[in-house]
Amino acid sequence: MSVRVGVVVFPGSNCDRDTLRGLTVAGAEPVELWHEQASLDGVDAVVLPGGFAYGDYLRAGVIARFSPVMRSVAAFADEGGLVLGICNGFQVLAEAGLVPGALLRNRSLRFLGRDVTITPERLDTPFTHAIGERRPLRMPIAHGEGCYYADDPTLDALERDGQVVFRYARADGAAASGDDGMANPNGSLRAIAGVLNAGGNVCGLMPHPERASEAVLGSEDGIGILRSLVESAAARERGAGRPAEVGAA
Amino acid sequence: MSSHRFAVNVTPKPGILDPQGRAVEGSLGHLGIEGVSAVRVGRRVELTVEADGAAAARAVVERLASELLSNPLIEAYAVEELEGARV
Repeated sequence: MSVRVGVVVFPGSNCDRDTLRGLTVAGAEPVELWHEQASLDGVDAVVLPGGFAYGDYLRAGVIARFSPVMRSVAAFADEGGLVLGICNGFQVLAEAGLVPGALLRNRSLRFLGRDVTITPERLDTPFTHAIGERRPLRMPIAHGEGCYYADDPTLDALERDGQVVFRYARADGAAASGDDGMANPNGSLRAIAGVLNAGGNVCGLMPHPERASEAVLGSEDGIGILRSLVESAAARERGAGRPAEVGAA
Repeated sequence: MSSHRFAVNVTPKPGILDPQGRAVEGSLGHLGIEGVSAVRVGRRVELTVEADGAAAARAVVERLASELLSNPLIEAYAVEELEGARV
């Protein structure tokens, strides 16, 4: 049986089609979920795609947080369901408190649309296991508010508990220093590009794996992330797997 | 029921990088202005609340300010009651 992965469509989402396509390439049967529906239609995992949900008015992601579908996504996540938020989807997850931290205006104040390099910090999560090896991954970013922020105690805890799952890096995979504007494009603290919630079943990621999921797009480096999600959802569906445990308890 | 007019002033918390504030600060030299520092750019939201008294109205605004208008991780807010209920 194929794995059904829901892609939430908010007014202003603009990466939903790309994400549907990427999930198909990754072997899933993608399902559109309209923002006004409270039902998740029994999907096995949920992706919040990129875009400008509700026009990004007030703060990116905050209005989307109060939509009917997000109440269901929060309940789904509470039960251990797999949720991946990409770009604007990450901002929605952060505003909803489903992943730690906040995404501030890029330090340059500019909207950035270009390729970046990230490295997976862990390969044992539902979002990274199919990547196979720790190597630099090339994929695009397209955001104005991507500067990851949390206070120092929170950042220390995230690192200690293995919740930092992707970091911006130099093209060769070497760590990006804080003020390296090319490698760490938006000035994210500790060069964080993606985080997990404490349960390890919700992931927010600023770069766009769906835009790097086929050779014709110029990079296939993102497909491992989507494939990880699809395979993890399939394993959960079979009852064979649970999201990676994060932290001590 | 009575009408109450409020303003909610939302500002970046101390220590939070504010690139907009820095950009404003950077432009001051072009105006020939000196001696201005620590510019922080925030947002002001004005609204009218119908409620059973001033205290109830303020409670609604506090909830709105903390749950929607500000993100408590990065922003602080201050509620200000404005003169003249009707706009």
